[in-house]
Amino acid sequence: MVSIVGILYLQGCCVPHEKILKKLGVETRRIIYANDLDGCSALILPGGESTTMLKHITPKLEDAILTFAKANPVWGICAGSILMAKHVKNPSQKSLGLMDVTILRNGYGAQNESFIRKIPMKLKENDTFEGIFIRAPQIESIGDDVKVLAFDDEVPVFIEQDHLMATTFHPELAKDDAIHRYFLSKIES
Amino acid sequence: MNEERRKLNIGLAEMLCGGVIMDVTNVEEAKIAEEAGAVSVMALERIPSDIRKMGGVCRMSAPEMIMEIKEAVSIPVMAKCRIGHFAEAQILQELGIDFIDESEVLTPADEEHHINKWDFEAPFVCGACNLGEALRRVGEGAAMIRTKGEAGTGNVVEGVRHMRNLQRHIKALTVMSQDELYAEAKNLQAPIHLVQYVAEHGKLPVPNFAAGGVATPADASLLMQLGAETVFVGSGIFRSQNPAKTAKACVDAVAHYNEPVKLLEVSRGIGEAMPSISMEELKEQEKLAGRGW
Repeated sequence: MVSIVGILYLQGCCVPHEKILKKLGVETRRIIYANDLDGCSALILPGGESTTMLKHITPKLEDAILTFAKANPVWGICAGSILMAKHVKNPSQKSLGLMDVTILRNGYGAQNESFIRKIPMKLKENDTFEGIFIRAPQIESIGDDVKVLAFDDEVPVFIEQDHLMATTFHPELAKDDAIHRYFLSKIES
Repeated sequence: MNEERRKLNIGLAEMLCGGVIMDVTNVEEAKIAEEAGAVSVMALERIPSDIRKMGGVCRMSAPEMIMEIKEAVSIPVMAKCRIGHFAEAQILQELGIDFIDESEVLTPADEEHHINKWDFEAPFVCGACNLGEALRRVGEGAAMIRTKGEAGTGNVVEGVRHMRNLQRHIKALTVMSQDELYAEAKNLQAPIHLVQYVAEHGKLPVPNFAAGGVATPADASLLMQLGAETVFVGSGIFRSQNPAKTAKACVDAVAHYNEPVKLLEVSRGIGEAMPSISMEELKEQEKLAGRGW
């Protein structure tokens, strides 16, 4: 069966994900309503503004995402990682609570404090990855079930919990599809 | 601004895609905008429709007013400086504003030069009526372009004209040969490497948002369907009969811009739109879109 990767398409940076996945030969689908998830094998929660996305996530769509995430890979990027965290601070807000994580919104500051740094990580082919942090959230603490795949200055920036993963930086803006390929590998396993 | 900073600044513009950026003049309005789901707010002392009424020189807003708004919301905050007024831009950058709008809505400070935006670390958004103007601004370092429309009129006709114009010209470039592109760069008065980028990719090198005269959710949807990636709504929110409802309806209309069923639903029961002006009522010198060169 051909895998379809859903991208939550309510607001944010979606098109670059579509382009990368297309290049990798994977079909994508824009997820706006709960039934859009039918037949998808994985879901991306993109970067953008988490407060705006929360306004658009209806109770029905929320239920569908929570059910989907029990058995399928979900990847949250920046704002998407805020949606995935169990606890959100600065200020505190609602979330989907999929991963056992406490996260600070705008944890590094405003746009002046946005930065790009080489992130060391232990995925197969790449030793480092271009970490593009834009008004990024900061992971404050993680539960025992959460594994860190990359740190920046001792702060976790790429984490996974079974089939769920989150990055506080933007792999879709880098010229490297290693993290997308890693995410796709979760579909098969 | 080096290439790395430029990537971060264009990246921030990408994060705002599919959202609504709202003009706000105080903390209360900023909170209403955030609560309605705005992706960003533009902090300014007077919204365009009031600027039109009051006349005189319109400058950058007071720093303390911008700071108050910045502290009241968690979404990115933008602020405007006058065209060519790089000292105002320096002040806004020092304030730590997330995006600087070098805006024709304020009175231009320089009638020949725009700000050299490469001198700054902060991202800039600039207005444009056509492709040549858009690419000149990108050449100067803008990280986001917004079509100008005619701010403060509640009349979307100029916004539509500018977006149509831009999209038509972008499409035309994609079918031109290399030798034609050199000639076209001359016609457009735009840097050749940016003209080549547009021809190759069929889009601007930075996100392309729309502004000017948006008064209803339907207006916002129209501009999105014409190719805008996000919409600025200025006077349209806080000069409408019911700002909170109008704000939320515009946010929904942008997220669901190509779903008529949803557009009908959000257009119901939001009350009267802002007072509006037809283009014929405006004298040539009252038009803001002609500012910028």
